[in-house]
Amino acid sequence: MGILSKKDTALILDPLADNNPITIQVLGICSALAITAELKASIVMAVSVMFVLAMGNVVISLMRNIIPSKIRIIVQLVVVATLVIVVDQVLKAFAYELSKTLSVFVGLIITNCIIMGRFEAFALANGPRRAFLDGIGNAAGYGFILVIVGFFRELLGSGTLLGMKVLGDPIEKTGLYALGYENNGFMLLSPMALIVVGLIIWVQRSRNPALIEEN
Amino acid sequence: MLEHIELFFKSIFIDNMVFATFLGMCSYLAVSKKVTTAVGLGAAVIFVLAVTVPLNWLLDQYLLRDGALAWLGPEYAEYNLSFLSFILFIATIATMVQLVEIVVEKFSPSLYNSLGIFLPLIAVNCAILGGSLFMQSRDIQTLGLAFNYGLSSGIGWFLAILAIAAIREKIRYSNVPAPLRGLGITFIITGLMAIGFMSFGGMLTGGDEAPAEEVVANAAVAEPLPLEGLPADAALEAQENSSLDKTENTEKLAAVDASTDAANDINE
Repeated sequence: MGILSKKDTALILDPLADNNPITIQVLGICSALAITAELKASIVMAVSVMFVLAMGNVVISLMRNIIPSKIRIIVQLVVVATLVIVVDQVLKAFAYELSKTLSVFVGLIITNCIIMGRFEAFALANGPRRAFLDGIGNAAGYGFILVIVGFFRELLGSGTLLGMKVLGDPIEKTGLYALGYENNGFMLLSPMALIVVGLIIWVQRSRNPALIEEN
Repeated sequence: MLEHIELFFKSIFIDNMVFATFLGMCSYLAVSKKVTTAVGLGAAVIFVLAVTVPLNWLLDQYLLRDGALAWLGPEYAEYNLSFLSFILFIATIATMVQLVEIVVEKFSPSLYNSLGIFLPLIAVNCAILGGSLFMQSRDIQTLGLAFNYGLSSGIGWFLAILAIAAIREKIRYSNVPAPLRGLGITFIITGLMAIGFMSFGGMLTGGDEAPAEEVVANAAVAEPLPLEGLPADAALEAQENSSLDKTENTEKLAAVDASTDAANDINE
Protein backbone atom coordinates (compact mmCIF):
# COMPACT_ATOMS: atom_id res chain seq x y z
CA MET A 1 0.00 0.00 0.00
CA GLY A 2 2.96 2.30 0.36
CA ILE A 3 3.60 4.79 3.07
CA LEU A 4 0.39 6.18 4.55
CA SER A 5 0.22 9.93 4.96
CA LYS A 6 -0.36 11.41 8.39
CA LYS A 7 -4.02 12.03 7.65
CA ASP A 8 -4.43 8.45 6.53
CA THR A 9 -2.81 7.02 9.64
CA ALA A 10 -5.10 9.23 11.69
CA LEU A 11 -8.04 7.63 9.90
CA ILE A 12 -6.95 4.26 11.21
CA LEU A 13 -5.71 5.20 14.66
CA ASP A 14 -8.29 7.76 15.81
CA PRO A 15 -11.17 5.32 16.16
CA LEU A 16 -9.02 3.13 18.34
CA ALA A 17 -9.12 5.60 21.20
CA ASP A 18 -10.31 9.15 20.83
CA ASN A 19 -13.11 8.56 18.38
CA ASN A 20 -14.01 5.01 19.27
CA PRO A 21 -17.26 3.99 17.60
CA ILE A 22 -18.60 2.18 20.64
CA THR A 23 -17.56 4.24 23.59
CA ILE A 24 -17.51 7.71 22.06
CA GLN A 25 -19.74 7.67 19.03
CA VAL A 26 -22.16 5.26 20.75
CA LEU A 27 -22.65 3.11 17.68
CA GLY A 28 -22.69 -0.62 17.17
CA ILE A 29 -23.54 -1.47 20.76
CA CYS A 30 -26.03 -4.24 20.08
CA SER A 31 -23.71 -6.84 18.69
CA ALA A 32 -20.86 -5.68 20.90
CA LEU A 33 -22.62 -6.99 23.96
CA ALA A 34 -24.49 -10.09 23.03
CA ILE A 35 -21.74 -12.29 21.60
CA THR A 36 -18.78 -11.38 23.75
CA ALA A 37 -19.06 -14.33 26.12
CA GLU A 38 -16.33 -16.05 24.10
CA LEU A 39 -13.18 -14.39 22.82
CA LYS A 40 -13.30 -16.37 19.58
CA ALA A 41 -16.81 -15.14 18.75
CA SER A 42 -15.75 -11.56 19.46
CA ILE A 43 -12.77 -11.83 17.12
CA VAL A 44 -14.84 -13.37 14.34
CA MET A 45 -17.54 -10.72 14.72
CA ALA A 46 -14.92 -7.96 14.62
CA VAL A 47 -13.38 -9.39 11.45
CA SER A 48 -16.83 -9.74 9.83
CA VAL A 49 -17.70 -6.14 10.62
CA MET A 50 -14.30 -5.03 9.30
CA PHE A 51 -14.94 -6.82 6.01
CA VAL A 52 -18.46 -5.43 5.63
CA LEU A 53 -17.50 -1.90 6.65
CA ALA A 54 -14.34 -1.66 4.53
CA MET A 55 -15.89 -3.21 1.41
CA GLY A 56 -19.14 -1.32 1.89
CA ASN A 57 -17.31 1.95 2.34
CA VAL A 58 -15.41 1.36 -0.91
CA VAL A 59 -18.56 0.44 -2.87
CA ILE A 60 -20.58 3.39 -1.60
CA SER A 61 -17.64 5.69 -2.16
CA LEU A 62 -17.29 4.53 -5.75
CA MET A 63 -21.02 5.10 -6.31
CA ARG A 64 -21.26 8.33 -4.37
CA ASN A 65 -21.78 10.54 -7.37
CA ILE A 66 -24.52 8.47 -8.95
CA ILE A 67 -26.73 7.67 -5.93
CA PRO A 68 -29.80 9.96 -5.89
CA SER A 69 -30.14 11.53 -2.49
CA LYS A 70 -33.72 10.41 -1.97
CA ILE A 71 -32.96 6.72 -2.11
CA ARG A 72 -29.53 6.66 -0.58
CA ILE A 73 -30.65 4.86 2.58
CA ILE A 74 -32.16 2.08 0.49
CA VAL A 75 -29.02 1.78 -1.64
CA GLN A 76 -26.88 1.62 1.50
CA LEU A 77 -29.13 -1.05 3.00
CA VAL A 78 -28.94 -3.14 -0.18
CA VAL A 79 -25.13 -2.93 -0.28
CA VAL A 80 -24.77 -3.85 3.38
CA ALA A 81 -27.35 -6.64 3.18
CA THR A 82 -25.56 -8.22 0.22
CA LEU A 83 -22.17 -8.10 1.95
CA VAL A 84 -23.65 -9.55 5.13
CA ILE A 85 -25.29 -12.39 3.21
CA VAL A 86 -21.84 -13.20 1.81
CA VAL A 87 -20.29 -13.15 5.30
CA ASP A 88 -23.10 -15.28 6.71
CA GLN A 89 -22.79 -17.92 4.00
CA VAL A 90 -18.99 -18.02 4.37
CA LEU A 91 -19.33 -18.46 8.13
CA LYS A 92 -21.92 -21.20 7.72
CA ALA A 93 -19.63 -22.99 5.28
CA PHE A 94 -16.28 -22.73 7.07
CA ALA A 95 -17.09 -22.21 10.74
CA TYR A 96 -20.47 -23.75 11.38
CA GLU A 97 -20.18 -24.02 15.16
CA LEU A 98 -19.23 -20.37 15.39
CA SER A 99 -22.05 -19.31 13.12
CA LYS A 100 -24.46 -21.07 15.49
CA THR A 101 -23.01 -19.11 18.42
CA LEU A 102 -23.31 -15.86 16.51
CA SER A 103 -26.78 -16.88 15.25
CA VAL A 104 -28.87 -13.83 14.35
CA PHE A 105 -26.17 -11.32 15.27
CA VAL A 106 -24.42 -11.83 11.96
CA GLY A 107 -27.62 -10.68 10.30
CA LEU A 108 -27.80 -7.76 12.68
CA ILE A 109 -24.55 -6.42 11.24
CA ILE A 110 -26.85 -4.95 8.60
CA THR A 111 -28.42 -2.63 11.13
CA ASN A 112 -25.15 -2.08 12.94
CA CYS A 113 -25.19 1.68 13.30
CA ILE A 114 -21.44 1.96 12.74
CA ILE A 115 -21.79 0.85 9.15
CA MET A 116 -24.65 3.11 8.17
CA GLY A 117 -23.09 5.88 10.27
CA ARG A 118 -19.76 5.69 8.46
CA PHE A 119 -21.47 5.50 5.05
CA GLU A 120 -23.33 8.71 5.78
CA ALA A 121 -20.50 10.50 7.52
CA PHE A 122 -17.58 9.48 5.36
CA ALA A 123 -18.08 7.27 2.34
CA LEU A 124 -20.55 9.59 0.63
CA ALA A 125 -18.07 12.45 0.71
CA ASN A 126 -14.67 10.85 0.21
CA GLY A 127 -12.71 8.81 -2.28
CA PRO A 128 -12.49 5.02 -2.16
CA ARG A 129 -8.95 4.77 -0.78
CA ARG A 130 -9.69 7.01 2.21
CA ALA A 131 -13.07 5.36 2.67
CA PHE A 132 -11.36 1.97 2.83
CA LEU A 133 -8.94 3.19 5.51
CA ASP A 134 -11.76 4.80 7.46
CA GLY A 135 -13.64 1.52 7.35
CA ILE A 136 -10.61 -0.39 8.61
CA GLY A 137 -10.00 2.16 11.36
CA ASN A 138 -13.54 2.23 12.72
CA ALA A 139 -13.88 -1.52 12.54
CA ALA A 140 -10.57 -1.80 14.38
CA GLY A 141 -11.88 0.50 17.11
CA TYR A 142 -15.03 -1.57 17.35
CA GLY A 143 -13.03 -4.79 17.36
CA PHE A 144 -10.71 -3.43 20.06
CA ILE A 145 -13.59 -2.96 22.50
CA LEU A 146 -15.14 -6.29 21.52
CA VAL A 147 -11.87 -8.13 22.14
CA ILE A 148 -11.35 -6.48 25.53
CA VAL A 149 -14.87 -7.32 26.69
CA GLY A 150 -14.61 -10.84 25.29
CA PHE A 151 -11.20 -11.34 26.90
CA PHE A 152 -12.40 -10.46 30.39
CA ARG A 153 -15.71 -12.24 30.11
CA GLU A 154 -14.21 -15.48 28.89
CA LEU A 155 -11.22 -15.39 31.24
CA LEU A 156 -13.19 -14.60 34.37
CA GLY A 157 -16.29 -16.50 33.36
CA SER A 158 -14.91 -19.83 32.22
CA GLY A 159 -11.18 -19.64 32.89
CA THR A 160 -10.35 -20.20 29.23
CA LEU A 161 -9.06 -18.05 26.39
CA LEU A 162 -9.97 -19.04 22.86
CA GLY A 163 -11.06 -22.36 24.29
CA MET A 164 -7.75 -23.16 25.93
CA LYS A 165 -7.72 -23.56 29.69
CA VAL A 166 -5.27 -20.97 31.00
CA LEU A 167 -5.97 -20.96 34.70
CA GLY A 168 -5.74 -24.67 35.23
CA ASP A 169 -8.35 -27.39 35.07
CA PRO A 170 -11.47 -26.77 37.16
CA ILE A 171 -12.44 -30.43 37.31
CA GLU A 172 -9.06 -31.78 38.24
CA LYS A 173 -8.26 -28.81 40.45
CA THR A 174 -4.89 -27.90 38.97
CA GLY A 175 -3.34 -24.46 38.61
CA LEU A 176 -5.27 -21.63 40.19
CA TYR A 177 -8.19 -23.89 41.03
CA ALA A 178 -6.02 -25.79 43.49
CA LEU A 179 -5.89 -22.61 45.56
CA GLY A 180 -9.67 -22.54 45.80
CA TYR A 181 -10.38 -20.19 42.85
CA GLU A 182 -13.78 -20.62 41.21
CA ASN A 183 -14.97 -19.39 37.83
CA ASN A 184 -17.27 -16.40 38.10
CA GLY A 185 -20.13 -17.79 36.04
CA PHE A 186 -21.89 -14.46 36.28
CA MET A 187 -19.48 -12.97 33.78
CA LEU A 188 -20.92 -15.20 31.11
CA LEU A 189 -24.36 -13.66 31.51
CA SER A 190 -25.31 -10.77 29.27
CA PRO A 191 -25.65 -7.96 31.86
CA MET A 192 -21.98 -8.19 32.70
CA ALA A 193 -21.08 -7.13 29.17
CA LEU A 194 -22.90 -3.87 29.79
CA ILE A 195 -21.09 -3.33 33.06
CA VAL A 196 -17.68 -4.13 31.55
CA VAL A 197 -18.27 -1.60 28.77
CA GLY A 198 -19.34 0.94 31.39
CA LEU A 199 -16.05 0.35 33.20
CA ILE A 200 -14.08 0.71 29.94
CA ILE A 201 -15.82 4.05 29.37
CA TRP A 202 -14.88 5.07 32.91
CA VAL A 203 -11.21 4.25 32.30
CA GLN A 204 -11.22 5.94 28.90
CA ARG A 205 -12.74 9.18 30.12
CA SER A 206 -10.55 9.34 33.19
CA ARG A 207 -7.49 9.19 30.95
CA ASN A 208 -8.89 11.80 28.55
CA PRO A 209 -10.92 14.37 30.49
CA ALA A 210 -11.88 16.15 27.28
CA LEU A 211 -14.38 13.35 26.64
CA ILE A 212 -16.37 13.86 29.82
CA GLU A 213 -19.96 14.86 29.20
CA GLU A 214 -21.28 18.09 30.58
CA ASN A 215 -24.42 17.69 32.62
CA MET B 1 -54.82 -19.42 23.84
CA LEU B 2 -52.36 -20.42 26.54
CA GLU B 3 -49.61 -20.39 23.95
CA HIS B 4 -50.38 -16.79 23.13
CA ILE B 5 -50.39 -15.65 26.74
CA GLU B 6 -47.17 -17.53 27.40
CA LEU B 7 -45.44 -16.01 24.36
CA PHE B 8 -46.74 -12.57 25.32
CA PHE B 9 -45.28 -12.58 28.81
CA LYS B 10 -42.15 -14.43 27.75
CA SER B 11 -41.29 -11.81 25.13
CA ILE B 12 -41.86 -8.90 27.47
CA PHE B 13 -40.07 -10.10 30.56
CA ILE B 14 -37.89 -13.12 29.95
CA ASP B 15 -36.65 -12.54 26.41
CA ASN B 16 -36.80 -8.77 26.71
CA MET B 17 -35.26 -7.28 23.58
CA VAL B 18 -33.05 -4.88 25.46
CA PHE B 19 -32.08 -6.78 28.55
CA ALA B 20 -31.72 -10.31 27.25
CA THR B 21 -30.47 -9.77 23.71
CA PHE B 22 -29.41 -6.08 23.58
CA LEU B 23 -31.31 -5.19 20.46
CA GLY B 24 -31.90 -1.54 19.68
CA MET B 25 -29.26 -0.36 22.13
CA CYS B 26 -28.03 2.57 20.03
CA SER B 27 -31.35 4.39 19.88
CA TYR B 28 -32.08 3.17 23.41
CA LEU B 29 -29.01 5.03 24.68
CA ALA B 30 -29.35 8.03 22.42
CA VAL B 31 -33.02 8.78 23.00
CA SER B 32 -33.43 8.00 26.68
CA LYS B 33 -32.46 11.40 28.04
CA LYS B 34 -36.07 12.49 28.46
CA VAL B 35 -39.16 10.45 29.23
CA THR B 36 -41.35 12.19 26.62
CA THR B 37 -39.04 11.40 23.71
CA ALA B 38 -38.54 7.87 25.03
CA VAL B 39 -42.29 7.28 25.06
CA GLY B 40 -42.51 8.53 21.47
CA LEU B 41 -39.79 6.24 20.21
CA GLY B 42 -41.12 3.28 22.21
CA ALA B 43 -44.57 3.68 20.74
CA ALA B 44 -43.14 3.86 17.24
CA VAL B 45 -41.12 0.69 17.83
CA ILE B 46 -44.18 -1.21 19.08
CA PHE B 47 -46.12 -0.11 16.01
CA VAL B 48 -43.44 -1.02 13.49
CA LEU B 49 -42.66 -4.38 15.13
CA ALA B 50 -46.34 -5.34 15.28
CA VAL B 51 -46.62 -4.64 11.56
CA THR B 52 -43.34 -6.00 10.19
CA VAL B 53 -42.98 -9.26 12.11
CA PRO B 54 -46.22 -10.82 10.77
CA LEU B 55 -45.40 -9.55 7.29
CA ASN B 56 -41.97 -11.11 7.39
CA TRP B 57 -43.52 -14.28 8.77
CA LEU B 58 -45.66 -14.49 5.64
CA LEU B 59 -42.58 -13.92 3.47
CA ASP B 60 -40.66 -16.57 5.35
CA GLN B 61 -43.49 -19.08 5.27
CA TYR B 62 -44.41 -18.78 1.60
CA LEU B 63 -41.17 -17.75 -0.04
CA LEU B 64 -38.03 -18.23 1.94
CA ARG B 65 -37.92 -21.32 4.03
CA ASP B 66 -36.98 -24.79 2.90
CA GLY B 67 -39.78 -26.13 0.73
CA ALA B 68 -41.80 -22.93 1.01
CA LEU B 69 -42.35 -22.60 -2.72
CA ALA B 70 -44.35 -25.82 -2.94
CA TRP B 71 -47.54 -23.82 -3.51
CA LEU B 72 -46.19 -22.73 -6.89
CA GLY B 73 -45.87 -26.29 -8.04
CA PRO B 74 -44.25 -29.55 -6.92
CA GLU B 75 -41.06 -28.94 -8.89
CA TYR B 76 -40.33 -25.89 -6.71
CA ALA B 77 -40.54 -27.75 -3.44
CA GLU B 78 -36.78 -28.26 -3.03
CA TYR B 79 -35.84 -24.61 -3.24
CA ASN B 80 -34.43 -23.08 -0.09
CA LEU B 81 -34.23 -19.35 -0.43
CA SER B 82 -33.45 -18.63 3.22
CA PHE B 83 -30.13 -17.03 2.29
CA LEU B 84 -32.16 -14.15 0.89
CA SER B 85 -33.83 -13.56 4.26
CA PHE B 86 -31.67 -10.61 5.26
CA ILE B 87 -32.20 -8.59 2.17
CA LEU B 88 -35.92 -9.33 1.91
CA PHE B 89 -36.59 -8.65 5.58
CA ILE B 90 -34.78 -5.34 5.53
CA ALA B 91 -36.53 -4.39 2.30
CA THR B 92 -39.96 -5.09 3.86
CA ILE B 93 -39.03 -3.18 6.97
CA ALA B 94 -37.80 -0.13 5.06
CA THR B 95 -40.89 -0.17 2.86
CA MET B 96 -43.33 -0.64 5.74
CA VAL B 97 -41.73 2.17 7.72
CA GLN B 98 -42.00 4.48 4.74
CA LEU B 99 -45.64 3.46 4.22
CA VAL B 100 -46.48 3.88 7.90
CA GLU B 101 -44.89 7.32 7.82
CA ILE B 102 -47.00 8.39 4.85
CA VAL B 103 -50.21 6.98 6.37
CA VAL B 104 -49.59 8.55 9.77
CA GLU B 105 -48.78 11.90 8.19
CA LYS B 106 -52.04 11.80 6.26
CA PHE B 107 -54.40 10.57 8.94
CA SER B 108 -52.95 11.88 12.17
CA PRO B 109 -50.68 14.91 11.75
CA SER B 110 -50.42 15.36 15.52
CA LEU B 111 -49.09 11.84 16.00
CA TYR B 112 -46.73 12.40 13.07
CA ASN B 113 -45.39 15.55 14.65
CA SER B 114 -44.86 13.93 18.02
CA LEU B 115 -43.05 10.95 16.50
CA GLY B 116 -40.93 13.36 14.50
CA ILE B 117 -37.75 11.94 13.07
CA PHE B 118 -38.02 8.67 14.98
CA LEU B 119 -40.09 6.89 12.41
CA PRO B 120 -37.52 6.90 9.59
CA LEU B 121 -34.79 6.19 12.14
CA ILE B 122 -36.53 3.01 13.16
CA ALA B 123 -35.95 1.33 9.83
CA VAL B 124 -32.33 0.80 10.77
CA ASN B 125 -32.99 -0.02 14.38
CA CYS B 126 -31.56 -3.46 15.19
CA ALA B 127 -34.61 -4.21 17.30
CA ILE B 128 -36.85 -4.31 14.25
CA LEU B 129 -34.65 -6.55 12.13
CA GLY B 130 -33.81 -8.54 15.24
CA GLY B 131 -37.49 -9.17 15.90
CA SER B 132 -37.93 -10.65 12.44
CA LEU B 133 -34.73 -12.70 12.62
CA PHE B 134 -35.61 -14.12 16.02
CA MET B 135 -39.10 -14.91 14.73
CA GLN B 136 -37.40 -16.90 12.00
CA SER B 137 -34.84 -18.65 14.18
CA ARG B 138 -37.35 -19.53 16.90
CA ASP B 139 -39.67 -21.05 14.33
CA ILE B 140 -42.86 -19.22 15.24
CA GLN B 141 -45.70 -21.37 13.98
CA THR B 142 -48.69 -19.21 13.10
CA LEU B 143 -49.45 -15.70 11.89
CA GLY B 144 -51.29 -14.94 15.12
CA LEU B 145 -48.26 -15.96 17.15
CA ALA B 146 -46.02 -13.85 14.93
CA PHE B 147 -48.19 -10.79 15.52
CA ASN B 148 -48.20 -11.60 19.23
CA TYR B 149 -44.41 -11.89 19.22
CA GLY B 150 -43.95 -8.60 17.37
CA LEU B 151 -46.35 -6.75 19.65
CA SER B 152 -44.95 -8.14 22.90
CA SER B 153 -41.31 -7.65 21.88
CA GLY B 154 -42.17 -4.04 21.14
CA ILE B 155 -43.86 -3.66 24.51
CA GLY B 156 -40.79 -5.13 26.20
CA TRP B 157 -38.54 -2.65 24.42
CA PHE B 158 -40.91 0.17 25.31
CA LEU B 159 -40.81 -0.85 28.97
CA ALA B 160 -37.02 -0.87 28.94
CA ILE B 161 -36.55 2.53 27.35
CA LEU B 162 -39.23 4.08 29.56
CA ALA B 163 -37.53 2.77 32.68
CA ILE B 164 -34.06 3.93 31.71
CA ALA B 165 -35.33 7.37 30.65
CA ALA B 166 -37.06 7.84 33.99
CA ILE B 167 -33.92 6.78 35.83
CA ARG B 168 -31.68 9.02 33.72
CA GLU B 169 -33.89 12.00 34.45
CA LYS B 170 -33.52 11.34 38.14
CA ILE B 171 -29.78 10.72 38.27
CA ARG B 172 -29.04 14.08 36.73
CA TYR B 173 -29.27 15.31 40.30
CA SER B 174 -27.06 12.56 41.69
CA ASN B 175 -23.38 12.64 42.44
CA VAL B 176 -22.07 10.51 39.59
CA PRO B 177 -18.25 10.50 39.14
CA ALA B 178 -17.35 12.74 36.21
CA PRO B 179 -15.89 10.11 33.88
CA LEU B 180 -19.01 7.98 34.34
CA ARG B 181 -21.43 10.81 33.73
CA GLY B 182 -23.93 10.26 30.94
CA LEU B 183 -23.02 7.21 28.91
CA GLY B 184 -20.97 5.26 31.42
CA ILE B 185 -23.50 5.26 34.23
CA THR B 186 -26.27 4.44 31.76
CA PHE B 187 -24.43 1.30 30.72
CA ILE B 188 -23.95 0.22 34.30
CA ILE B 189 -27.54 0.96 35.26
CA THR B 190 -28.80 -0.94 32.23
CA GLY B 191 -26.60 -3.84 33.30
CA LEU B 192 -28.14 -3.80 36.76
CA MET B 193 -31.64 -3.63 35.28
CA ALA B 194 -30.81 -6.60 33.07
CA ILE B 195 -29.74 -8.55 36.16
CA GLY B 196 -33.05 -7.57 37.74
CA PHE B 197 -35.00 -8.78 34.72
CA MET B 198 -33.26 -12.15 34.93
CA SER B 199 -35.33 -12.77 38.03
CA PHE B 200 -38.34 -13.16 35.73
CA GLY B 201 -36.77 -16.33 34.39
CA GLY B 202 -38.74 -18.55 36.75
CA MET B 203 -42.04 -16.90 35.91
CA LEU B 204 -43.47 -19.34 33.42
CA THR B 205 -42.11 -22.61 34.73
CA GLY B 206 -43.15 -21.53 38.22
CA GLY B 207 -39.88 -22.95 39.56
CA ASP B 208 -41.59 -26.32 40.15
CA GLU B 209 -41.88 -28.37 36.97
CA ALA B 210 -44.42 -30.94 38.23
CA PRO B 211 -47.65 -29.52 36.73
CA ALA B 212 -46.50 -29.42 33.08
CA GLU B 213 -44.86 -32.86 33.35
CA GLU B 214 -47.96 -34.36 34.95
CA VAL B 215 -50.11 -33.37 31.98
CA VAL B 216 -47.57 -34.85 29.55
CA ALA B 217 -47.26 -38.06 31.58
CA ASN B 218 -51.02 -38.55 31.78
CA ALA B 219 -51.46 -37.93 28.07
CA ALA B 220 -48.62 -40.29 27.14
CA VAL B 221 -49.82 -43.08 29.39
CA ALA B 222 -53.46 -42.68 28.32
CA GLU B 223 -52.49 -43.43 24.71
CA PRO B 224 -52.00 -47.24 24.89
CA LEU B 225 -55.71 -47.67 25.79
CA PRO B 226 -57.31 -47.73 22.29
CA LEU B 227 -54.43 -49.76 20.78
CA GLU B 228 -56.63 -52.62 19.52
CA GLY B 229 -58.52 -50.42 17.05
CA LEU B 230 -55.43 -48.67 15.61
CA PRO B 231 -53.38 -49.72 12.58
CA ALA B 232 -50.12 -51.46 13.44
CA ASP B 233 -47.59 -48.64 12.90
CA ALA B 234 -49.63 -46.03 14.78
CA ALA B 235 -49.93 -48.39 17.72
CA LEU B 236 -46.17 -48.99 17.70
CA GLU B 237 -45.52 -45.26 17.57
CA ALA B 238 -47.88 -44.61 20.47
CA GLN B 239 -46.14 -47.30 22.48
CA GLU B 240 -42.68 -45.92 21.69
CA ASN B 241 -43.74 -42.38 22.58
CA SER B 242 -45.25 -43.37 25.88
CA SER B 243 -42.21 -45.44 26.89
CA LEU B 244 -39.91 -42.56 25.92
CA ASP B 245 -41.97 -40.19 28.03
CA LYS B 246 -41.90 -42.62 30.89
CA THR B 247 -38.10 -42.88 30.92
CA GLU B 248 -37.77 -39.11 30.79
CA ASN B 249 -40.18 -38.69 33.64
CA THR B 250 -38.44 -41.12 35.96
CA GLU B 251 -35.46 -38.80 35.85
CA LYS B 252 -37.62 -35.91 37.02
CA LEU B 253 -39.51 -35.11 40.18
CA ALA B 254 -40.95 -37.82 42.41
CA ALA B 255 -44.41 -36.28 42.13
CA VAL B 256 -44.36 -37.04 38.42
CA ASP B 257 -43.43 -40.67 39.12
CA ALA B 258 -46.31 -40.92 41.55
CA SER B 259 -48.81 -39.63 39.01
CA THR B 260 -47.47 -41.98 36.32
CA ASP B 261 -47.81 -44.93 38.67
CA ALA B 262 -51.32 -43.85 39.65
CA ALA B 263 -52.34 -43.63 35.98
CA ASN B 264 -50.79 -47.04 35.33
CA ASP B 265 -52.79 -48.51 38.18
CA ILE B 266 -55.97 -47.11 36.63
CA ASN B 267 -55.07 -48.61 33.23
CA GLU B 268 -54.32 -52.06 34.69
